[in-house]
Amino acid sequence: MDVSQKVIEIIAREQHLDLSKITVDSTFAELGIDSLDGVNILFALEEEFKLDIPDTVAQNMRSVRQVIDSLTRVLEGKDVSDLVAMAKGEPSASVS
Amino acid sequence: MRRVVITGIGVFASTGKNAESFFATLIQGKSAIRRIQQFDPSQLSVQIAAEIPGYEPLDYFPAKRLDLLDRFSQFALIASKEAMESSGIQLRDEERPRFGVVTGTGMGGATTFDSGYYNLYAKQVTRMHPFTIPKIMHNAATSQICMEFGAQGPALTTATACSSAGHAMGEAFHIIKYGMADMMLTGGSESPITFGMIRSWESVRVLAVGNGDPSRACRPFSLDREGFVMGEGAAMLLFEELEHAKQRGAKIYAEIAGFGMSSDASHITQPSIDGPARAVRMALAEAGVNPDEVDYINAHGTATRVNDITETRVIKEVFGNHAPKLAVSSTKSMHGHAMGATGAIEMAATVQTIVRGVIPPTANYTQPDPECDLDYVPNEAREKPVRVAVSNSFAFGGLNAVLLVRRFE
Repeated sequence: MDVSQKVIEIIAREQHLDLSKITVDSTFAELGIDSLDGVNILFALEEEFKLDIPDTVAQNMRSVRQVIDSLTRVLEGKDVSDLVAMAKGEPSASVS
Repeated sequence: MRRVVITGIGVFASTGKNAESFFATLIQGKSAIRRIQQFDPSQLSVQIAAEIPGYEPLDYFPAKRLDLLDRFSQFALIASKEAMESSGIQLRDEERPRFGVVTGTGMGGATTFDSGYYNLYAKQVTRMHPFTIPKIMHNAATSQICMEFGAQGPALTTATACSSAGHAMGEAFHIIKYGMADMMLTGGSESPITFGMIRSWESVRVLAVGNGDPSRACRPFSLDREGFVMGEGAAMLLFEELEHAKQRGAKIYAEIAGFGMSSDASHITQPSIDGPARAVRMALAEAGVNPDEVDYINAHGTATRVNDITETRVIKEVFGNHAPKLAVSSTKSMHGHAMGATGAIEMAATVQTIVRGVIPPTANYTQPDPECDLDYVPNEAREKPVRVAVSNSFAFGGLNAVLLVRRFE
């Protein structure tokens, strides 16, 4: 399964955006994704991939690439404890 | 003392998708009650309701916006848009803190609750959708209206069952009267027609079954009444301080002159005489209107035996010798009982009686009830000048809201 393509498809679907508008380099800010949109995307990803994305990982998702990288690590069962929110002020997939 | 007038009206109801068609249907005495379309009602004893016919949300909102709107917020926004447009108001940014919103709803995001819990309990999903909370909260409609129209002033939501919209409008009236704002968009919104909600109401044994001819199911004040019929929809009115309205040359529909509210403090479902009577008297007193000046009462008129007889006795108690001369009608016979929205839908009708000099009938009236012996304007609309009108809302829980409107002079 191509995780990147699936992530982009889900973001496009949930944001009602054209697929062509989204690349792996798009940031949430560029796509107009706010914090509530972020948790919605997270929900859709969890449903699609049948997994739980920890809150600490969610807080680190501020771009399409970060979503793909984090999701890939969760899918591969890798340790994600280092993925904690560092950047402030950018919309992330967390309302907290 | 600051006076408050109504300068905008919007209605989105089963009997009409705008204020004009809504009132036109009422004048024709036509009921919008039908077999339920939103879901398959065949497992229910009660299979009828007053739904908004052919409602397609995408006709009114972009898909992205709809994601965060329960049906009750959608109705609220549609009615608000019409109210704002009909008012002709062009808000300046510095006026926004003086523009507020109060809306009523009894059930909030009932349809989102119903489908969410169905998924959770019946289909055993492990997660609820993250938009569940922002959609179901009772203040969602108020907040969505504030965002849509840039209302930054006093804003709140009232939840007093069937009186929700009455209380909302009363609060909005006083917020302007006592100087906290100059304009208030106010009314009510409800979308209570869900499988779970109808099942719950069935158990209270107050709903009309009416499966033979749904359009005749709701028969307020008639001896052969069998209960109320659930409805849905919204109505919003723009209340405005008189001088503010005059300065911008606004069209004034009517003046909102009195508000009364009271608690029965006696029974959770059974209404008293004393509680509603005190609310009516309070509204008359605030307006400085004598009982014999009232021309029309838009009754709570649910078509339950208890309501109809109690409300009749309340009117006789307050209005005395004038009671038989009053025109009293229940438009719920046509638009159903839209719960927390119903007071606003009925206020939209009440204001039109003043503007147009015609009173909508109590539809489906077939047999006089010896205990309900007032003039209920049976079946046919009546041309009659209306200078002062009262709209009653008496809720489960014994919380009463009564509003008095009069011709602007």
